[in-house]
Amino acid sequence: MIEARRISKRFGDFVALDDVTVDVPTGSLTALLGPSGSGKSTLLRVIAGLERPDSGSVLLDGDDVTLRPPQKRGVGFVFQHYAAFKHMTVWDNIAFGLTIRRTPRATVRDRVTELLELVQLSGLAKRYPAQLSGGQRQRMGLARALAVDPKVLLLDEPFGALDARVRKELRLWLRRLHDETHTTTVIVTHDQEEAMEVADRVVVLNGGHVEQVAAPRDLYDKPANEFVMSFVGPVNRMGDAFIRPHDVEVLLEPNGSTQEAMVERLVHLGFEVRVELVRDDGEQLSAQVTREQAEALELERGQIVYVRPTRQTVFSS
Amino acid sequence: MSRLALRFASLGYLAVLLLAPVGFVFYRAFEHGFWPAWHAVTAPDALHALKLTLVVALIAVVANTIFGILCALAIVRYRPPGFGIVNALVDLPLALSPVVVGLSLLLLYGRGGWLAGHNILFATPGIVLATIFVSLPFVVREVVPVLREVGIDQEQAASTLGASGMQTFLRVTWPAIRWAVAYGVVLTTARALGEFGAVRVVSGNIAGRTETLTLYVQNQYEEFNAAGAYAASVVLALIAVATLLLMSRLRPKEETR
Repeated sequence: MIEARRISKRFGDFVALDDVTVDVPTGSLTALLGPSGSGKSTLLRVIAGLERPDSGSVLLDGDDVTLRPPQKRGVGFVFQHYAAFKHMTVWDNIAFGLTIRRTPRATVRDRVTELLELVQLSGLAKRYPAQLSGGQRQRMGLARALAVDPKVLLLDEPFGALDARVRKELRLWLRRLHDETHTTTVIVTHDQEEAMEVADRVVVLNGGHVEQVAAPRDLYDKPANEFVMSFVGPVNRMGDAFIRPHDVEVLLEPNGSTQEAMVERLVHLGFEVRVELVRDDGEQLSAQVTREQAEALELERGQIVYVRPTRQTVFSS
Repeated sequence: MSRLALRFASLGYLAVLLLAPVGFVFYRAFEHGFWPAWHAVTAPDALHALKLTLVVALIAVVANTIFGILCALAIVRYRPPGFGIVNALVDLPLALSPVVVGLSLLLLYGRGGWLAGHNILFATPGIVLATIFVSLPFVVREVVPVLREVGIDQEQAASTLGASGMQTFLRVTWPAIRWAVAYGVVLTTARALGEFGAVRVVSGNIAGRTETLTLYVQNQYEEFNAAGAYAASVVLALIAVATLLLMSRLRPKEETR
């Protein structure tokens, strides 16, 4: 269990964290989600001991570690830009944490071999980081962090520097890894899709504050406020109401509760079609329909249609 | 056409200003064959001057290497308050004339100075101090940009994996900066061997005692022993060439890493 209590941290005039309290239950995979500058990375680094908070405390399994340096916290940390030891082979990178603890050689060999297999780098043990792809380097970074059996695993935008396909693969792989090992894990990301896909709890941060803590599904269906609503997915605004594009119904005939709109653009996204509309009051609106629906409606540019929200959210301010 | 002109201009510049004078020293040193030159450089005072020069250079290089690494780490990594000034001060020896350095040491340690009477002036310690001063910036200036470029990620990764500060330095930082340190050491050596002005002021210039090789060259020339001056110059030039060769061997390694 990680408890971050009333953490504040400034960098000069910039307030990175303002009285933030977050709990991460043992065995969970929690995502810290937010835009850049929201304080998510700073919070992770405070938990790891790489950043000292101006006030507040960090507890790991009940121990107050606020003043403890990172090397005594028993955390595994994975960096966005890998932080690979450039002059060491893959093998030596992974073995680093073990060899500085003077682990017996046979134990190191068994553990590194096992980890190489786990991260699917068995054939590349003698390579240097410069000879690996980004995805391979980050798998090495994970193995290196896992080698010392950390109490918690902290990942700082671990897939941020990778291309979309590799990112997706590694996400699934991380999720499977967590299902096997159940190491308490915190992943920092600015990508809501990544947070939703990989985590079982999501902490949404913005401007140094926690906006909401929820399971991915609840976050999407029951956002606590306007910020979360618009951050975790595309959203339309009609007056005070917020509507997801897939909650906009597109009809060819008016039925009393509908509003007139003109099709401005059709974006084909495989199974779904995004319809960009302009309402009669000049406001933009986007609707998401299936390809079948789009074909049945025979949608085309410039066409006049009638729209109606099937579900909307209003936040009391 | 213009490329050819450029090449001639740069080569000509080098030839006139560098190669011709140095070549001429070589020519004059060996004008009467190898043995006169050999006898000139193996004269007792010449040998003593060579030995003193090497000892002083060694002490200055060791001191400035250790200080240089610590100072670079402080400037780039720890940034204690007010260290911006230190960063600027490190370059002072490059800007300040060595004679001024010598004079300031004279004022500090000489008769009536704050630290007078420690047997520093007109003795080896004074020469060492002056040499350390003038050769101080090189290791710092080589290591600082490399530390900046390497970044702090690897060191932080090592610390999260349980490495102490010393373990992190030895296993992560040092391998990253060692070629920069080596290059800085070569430059420091070259500067320490060649120092003249500051050493001249503080050494007292006593033949066989506080006379370094550069001072020996000057003294021999003034005493109309041109052969001795040329021969000693050749020794200095050969050491310089050796350091340059070492340097050019270090550079490619550094770049391919």
